[in-house]
This record gives sequence, structure tokens and C-alpha cells, in this order.
Amino acid sequence: MITTDILIIGAGPCGLFTVFEAGLLKLKCHLIDALPQAGGQLTEIYPKKPIYDIPGYPSVLAGDLVNNLMDQIEPFKPGFTLGERAEKVEKIDDKMYQLTTNKGTQIQAPVICIAGGLGCFEPRKPPIPGIDQFEEKGVEYMVKDPEKFRDKKLLIAGGGDSALDWTIELADVASEVTLIHRRTSFRGALDSVDKVMELAKAKKVNLITEAQAIGVKGNGVLNQVVVKSKNEGEFVKDVDYFVPLFGLTPKLGPIADWGLNITKNAIEVNTFDYSTNVPGIYAVGDINTYPGKLKLILCGFHEGTLMVQSAFKYIYPDAKLSFKYTTVAGVNGFE
Amino acid sequence: MDDNVVNITIIDREGEAHAIEAPTDMNFNLMEIAKASELPVEGTCGGMALCASCHCYVQSDHDLPEATEDEEDMLDQAFFVEDNSRLSCQIPITAEIEGLVVKLAPVDESA
Repeated sequence: MITTDILIIGAGPCGLFTVFEAGLLKLKCHLIDALPQAGGQLTEIYPKKPIYDIPGYPSVLAGDLVNNLMDQIEPFKPGFTLGERAEKVEKIDDKMYQLTTNKGTQIQAPVICIAGGLGCFEPRKPPIPGIDQFEEKGVEYMVKDPEKFRDKKLLIAGGGDSALDWTIELADVASEVTLIHRRTSFRGALDSVDKVMELAKAKKVNLITEAQAIGVKGNGVLNQVVVKSKNEGEFVKDVDYFVPLFGLTPKLGPIADWGLNITKNAIEVNTFDYSTNVPGIYAVGDINTYPGKLKLILCGFHEGTLMVQSAFKYIYPDAKLSFKYTTVAGVNGFE
Repeated sequence: MDDNVVNITIIDREGEAHAIEAPTDMNFNLMEIAKASELPVEGTCGGMALCASCHCYVQSDHDLPEATEDEEDMLDQAFFVEDNSRLSCQIPITAEIEGLVVKLAPVDESA
């Protein structure tokens, strides 16, 4: 059981910086993120892009900003639960929440700060009729354990690094690997493209370009995928598994079901302290909304700063909070 | 017709055509104009050609700037892609697009 003062959902830049401001008030934080690494959109989508509107940085690469934030919060020893999605929030006491993730991890805290950005990054699912019913029954959007595919017939769809990397890795594990892609050229690393071409030439994998999966068939469990190919027309492939790898897209997810006021996929907050309609639950960064809201990282930084002041008073209603500047008090990290 | 303004048409996902006047001197792109006109374009990535949520079909005969590799990469990952698909965030509002007609591509709600 993990317990902390502030449970932060989302380890993007705003969630990360909130740890610093909370630490100045001696509040401990634990962060959850559905992605396997911290940094949110910055690390996942645009690590090499320069950002020009972070105060004090005429230009900073997104990935570097995340590294700087991780350095900045290190003294406050935040805990991280990565690669897990926040599923359920329950009130277990007057001032204590318990959050459960999709892997069963439980975290208790009096305050929850939702810094979820655009939402949880989830695999982009192709619009194939009926594909929903085969999810986890032959259709897999992620490869977690390659052994699952040992001696099985596998169809991978996609044109990027994920599709290429898994084709290469599973060529020796699966009994048959077919890679289909809508275009003639691949988007991934040249090295990987070359390797896949070699495997195709050696007949270790079947490579079908200008082809798309347009249907799935099975009896409770997937056993066929209908493929439409430019050169071979429509045909059916016998498979045990179909792995569509079309990148990630953000979705609000379970947050939508926690009783918060939500407008256009954003959580309404009070600009006094960025609290939501549920006491003890706050929202900062792109995930919140209020009149005049701008979806800027620097706005999220400000929101987190104000939010922790309110969180302190909520957790310690009888304590006196004295405002101290870091230039005077320094940064006193936790042991 | 004013200088510095073009008339374009964006057809929404219900088939309704919206006639929009867009300024050419403010560095806008088509996605931003669609959002400003209250059309349901997510523009999730803010216009960096990193999400494909502004996917549209170019129906008129305009000579648009060629798609960059980044745009092609994103269209690669998008669904319902046709030969006239473009990312609207990569189409700049310039005098050359006077009379442009685009249709918003479908989004898969079940995803």
C-alpha cells in the first residue's frame, strides 16, 4: 500500500513541477502515468521539438525540459507508478482517497491532483467492424510478452517503428509473421526497414505492402483477418493473433466517471485554487478548464503552485503556512 | 472581396457546408480557422503534424504546398485516408487558397 500526501495523476511537465512546489511545503507526492516513462506529451510525442515559451528559456527541447524538471524535483523524492492507468477512486475515510490502477496497484492520499493533460495515451484502434469483440481474444494492441506468440500465426499491421521492431523480434518466435502496411514505404528507422526487407527476402516473414485489414472473423476467438491488397485484391488470412500498431491517441478514460464536472473532455475548476467540485481533488494543466484558460505548460506550472497552497490547508487545517522564498530558505529536500 | 481575406468552404461531418472568411495576413492554418469557426476539429497536437485529428479531404482543385514528410508520416497512421487527404494544420491560409473546399474526415468514436 502506497501512501502519500498528494497523489498526482499524470507525470507530464505540470504534474512533475507540482512535486517541487509541494515539496517546498513539505508535502510528499506520488505520481501515476499510463505511459512507461515520465514527461507526458513532451517525451511521448515531441521530445526533440524546441519550445519557445517556457519563461527563462528562449528555446528548450521538450525532452530537455523534462530532464530539467526531473532534476528539479529530485530532492523531494517523488514516487512513480508508471505504465499503469488510474481506474477507480474511492473515499475510504473523511479525508483519505484510495486510487486503484488497472494493474491493481493501490495508492492512498488525502489529496488527488489530476494533471492528466489530454488524457491517457491509448493505442489507436483501426475502425474495423467487430474488432472490439476480439480484443484480448486474438486482437492485441500491445506486445507485453513475446512468448505469448510462440508457434502462433501472427498478423501485424502498421508502418512505424513499433510494427517493424515487433516483426523483427517475433520472426523467430511465431510460427508465421505477416506484416501488412497501407503504403509502399515505411516510416521507421532505416535499419529496421532493412532488416524487415531481409527477413521478407529470406521468406522468414510475409511482407504485404499497399494492404489494409478490413475485417476480422472468428468464433468467440479470432481466427481470420480479411485483408484488402492493391495487388492481390481481397483475401482472408488465417491467424491466431492480429496486432494493429497505429500509434497512440489520448483519451479521457476513467477520469470521466469520477463525478467531476467535465466540459469538452476538460475538468472544470475554481481558479481560486484549481479545485474541482469534489473536495480534495484538484486539476491542473491541459486537463482543466475555466474562463480564460490557455493550454500552455507555463499556465499549468502556475496552477500547480497555487493548488499546493490549498492542498496544504486542506490536509493541515490547523497549521500555519508561512510563505517563504527559495532565495531565502533554499530548497530543503526530503531525506 | 477584401484584400487579405479569402473565402473558403469547410464541409462538416454531417455534410453541411460552412462558408468562412479567413485572413491571409495572420499566419493562420486551416485547422486553426476551423477551430475558430467552432467546427469539431480537435487539433490535439496544436498544429505540429503529430496527431492527424485535423485530417480533411481537399475537394477543390487547388495547388496546395506539397505535404512534408512529417505530414505523410501522420497520414500514414490515420484512418479513412484517401488520395485527397491532407492535414488541415499543414495548409496555410494564403491568397492562393481562395475558393478552397475541404471536407472534414470522419473520426472513429469507438476508439
